[in-house]
Amino acid sequence: MKKTYKMEDLDCANCAAKMEAAIRKIDGVTGASVSFMAQKVTIEGDDERFEEILKEAVKVCKKVEPDCRILIK
Amino acid sequence: MTRKQKKNLIRILLAGVLLVAASLIPREVFLQPTWMIQFVDPGQSSALPPQWVQTGGTIYSFPRLFLFLIPYALVGWDVLWKALRNIKNGQVFDENFLMSVATVGAMAMGEYAEGVAVMLFYQVGELFQSVAVHRSRRSIAQLMDIRPDSANVERAGEICEVDPEQVAVGETIVVKPGERVPLDGKVLEGSSALNTAALTGESLPRDVGPGEEVISGCVNLSGVLRVEVTKPYGQSTVARILDLVENSSEKKAKAEHFITRFARYYTPIVVFAALALAVVPSLVDGQWGVWVPRALNFLVVSCPCALVISIPLSFFGGLGGASRRGVLVKGSNYLEALACASVVVFDKTGTLTRGEFSVTQVKTLAGTEEELLETAALAEQFSTHPIARAILMAWGKEPSRDRVEDVEELAGHGVQAKVDGQEVLAGSRKLLEEHKISLPDAEEELPGTAVHVAAEGKYLGYLLVADQVKEGAAQALRDLKKAGVRQCVMLTGDSESAAQAVAGVLDIDQVYARLLPGDKVEKVEQLLGQKQPGEKLVFVGDGINDAPVLTRADIGVAMGALGSDAAIEAADVVLMDDDLNKLSVAVAIARKTMTIVKENTIFAIGVKFLVLGLSAAGFANMWAAVFADVGVSVLAILNASRMIGGK
Repeated sequence: MKKTYKMEDLDCANCAAKMEAAIRKIDGVTGASVSFMAQKVTIEGDDERFEEILKEAVKVCKKVEPDCRILIK
Repeated sequence: MTRKQKKNLIRILLAGVLLVAASLIPREVFLQPTWMIQFVDPGQSSALPPQWVQTGGTIYSFPRLFLFLIPYALVGWDVLWKALRNIKNGQVFDENFLMSVATVGAMAMGEYAEGVAVMLFYQVGELFQSVAVHRSRRSIAQLMDIRPDSANVERAGEICEVDPEQVAVGETIVVKPGERVPLDGKVLEGSSALNTAALTGESLPRDVGPGEEVISGCVNLSGVLRVEVTKPYGQSTVARILDLVENSSEKKAKAEHFITRFARYYTPIVVFAALALAVVPSLVDGQWGVWVPRALNFLVVSCPCALVISIPLSFFGGLGGASRRGVLVKGSNYLEALACASVVVFDKTGTLTRGEFSVTQVKTLAGTEEELLETAALAEQFSTHPIARAILMAWGKEPSRDRVEDVEELAGHGVQAKVDGQEVLAGSRKLLEEHKISLPDAEEELPGTAVHVAAEGKYLGYLLVADQVKEGAAQALRDLKKAGVRQCVMLTGDSESAAQAVAGVLDIDQVYARLLPGDKVEKVEQLLGQKQPGEKLVFVGDGINDAPVLTRADIGVAMGALGSDAAIEAADVVLMDDDLNKLSVAVAIARKTMTIVKENTIFAIGVKFLVLGLSAAGFANMWAAVFADVGVSVLAILNASRMIGGK
C-alpha cells in the first residue's frame, strides 16, 4: 500500500531528509519519500501493518521536528 | 509573508536595533572594577583596574553581557529551546544545536556582539529561506490552478451548482463563457473557443462544436456550452494532471540523494573536526583563546542547510516551469535524465507527422494540375477512405453529385466512375494496368501513396498522397541538436520510401522502417546498448500502442496527451499538446535546472570548505563563517528561484 499525506510546518529541508531516512528504517516500510517543497510524505509499506507503520512514522517525524505534523485524514 | 514570518521579521528588526544600540555604548562605560571578573593569560599581570584596558585575557563585564543578552534572547530563544528539545529526542547535530554552541561559545569568549550578530544573521537567513520557499510554492500552486471549484449541472430542468466530484457520468453540465470546464465531456449544444493555456501553455484557442470532446481545465471563452459528462471527476484530465504534478517531487533526482547523503556525513565530521581543533592544538601550546574561536567558526559553517534546501528548490522550480509550458515531468529524476538526453528516438506517425493524409504532389501528363485534381476528387467524392478524403480536401470545393454517375469502389485499388460522361479510373498502378492503360515506367519508389488517374483510357497523371510532416518539426529537431542531442532516430511501421521522405525533410540521422510494434522495442533496446555511459535515450511517441517502448526507454515522452489517459499513464514526460517544440523546451528547462543544481552544489560546498580552511588557519572570523552559512544559503536560493521566475 502506498499513501501520501500532507505535512504542516515542515520548516527545514534537512529535517525532511532525516525524516525520510528514519521512516525508511521502520519495519515493514518498503519505500518512503518526504518532499520538503511539496510538504508531503509518501509511505509505502505492508498492507496489514500499515496502521502501525503510520503511527511509528508520525512518532519518528515528531522526534526530528516536533513542530511538524502529518495530517492524517 | 505568513503571520509567523512577520513575527520573526519584527523580532529580527528589534534585536538588530538593540544590538546596534548596545554596540554603540563604549566599552569603558562598563569597565567598573566591581562589575567584572578578569581572566588573565599566564605570564600577564592583571592590568585592571587602573588602566581599564584589556590585555589579551578575557574580560567579563556583567552589565555589558546583560545588555547584549537582551537582543540575543529576543532573537535566539527559540533556537536554544529547539536545540535542547532535540537533544532530548536524540537529534544532536541539528542546526539549532550548532548555532547555540557557536553563539554561546562566542559569548563565553567575550565576543558579545559577534555572538548576537551570528544568531541574528542566522535568523535572517532562516526567514529569507522560509519566505523564498513559501513564494515558490505559491507561484507553482498558482501555475497549476486548474482545479474547478464547481460545476453547473442540469437536474430536473434546473441548473444547480455542485461540487464537480458529485456529477455523475451522463449528466449534462452547462459551461458559461469565462468559466473553467469542470469535467471531461462531449458537447451537446453550442459552440465556443476554449483556452487551453493552463494545460498546454498554448495561447491559441481551440474551437469546439456539437459532438466534439471538451477537456476539463480549459477556460470557455465565447459561447455557452451544454456538455454531456463522459468521465467522473476522479478520472478527468484535470484530476489526473493535478495528481501527477503534485506527486512529481516524490521521485527524487540523484543530485538530491547525493546532497542529503553528503549532509548526513558532513555535519558530524565538521563538528568533530571543530572539537579536535579546539582541544588538540590548545593542549600543545596552551592558547585556548586562539583555537576555541576558530573551532566555533567550524560549528557555524557545519550547517548543511544551504545545500539541502537549494537543490530540491531548483528541481521544484524546474518542474513548475515545465508544467507552465505544457510539459509535465513526472519526477525530478526524469528532469535530471532529460538534461543528459543524447539519443532521441521518434515514432513517425503522429509524432513527426500529423497522422493525417494530404496530397503532397500532383504530377500531370495531360491537362493542368487543377483539372487532374478535380477529376480525381469528383470520382472519389463518395469514398470514405482517408486517401479520398485527402484528395477532396486538396481540391477544396464542394463536389457536385450531378457530374458523376456509375461509381464503383474497388476495395484496395481505387474507384471507377463516369465523370462528366467520361470513363475515369483513379487508383493504384495495378488498377490502371488491368484496364489496359499504358503508364509511363515507375520512377523511383514514391514517398507516399500514388493515386493514378486515367480518363477514357488515357493516362492523365498521378496524385501523391502522404502523411504530412508537422509544421515546426524541422525546427524542433534542429533545436534539439543545438541543445546537445547527438542522434535523432526515427522508427516506423511504414514503407522505406515513406520513411525516407520524412527523414529527408527533417534532420534525422537514422531511419528504421517496416517495423512491427514488437520490433520497436527491440530496436530501442539495441540503441540503448549502443549509447555511451551517462547518455540517456528518449523515446517520443503519441502514447497510442507504444506503451512498451515508452517504458523501455530511459525517458518515455508521450505527446498530444490531452485526453489520452494511456499516454499520461505510461510516459515519464507528458507533452500536453502535439507540438514537438515542447520537447526541446523540456530539454532546455532540464539543462538549465541541472546547471543551477551544479552551480549551487559546487558554490556551497566550495565556500564552506574554503571558510573551513581559512578558519583553521586563523584567517577567517565569525563573519566569514556566517556568510558561509547564511549568505551561501541566500545566494543559492536566489539562484534556484531563477528557475521559477524566469521563462
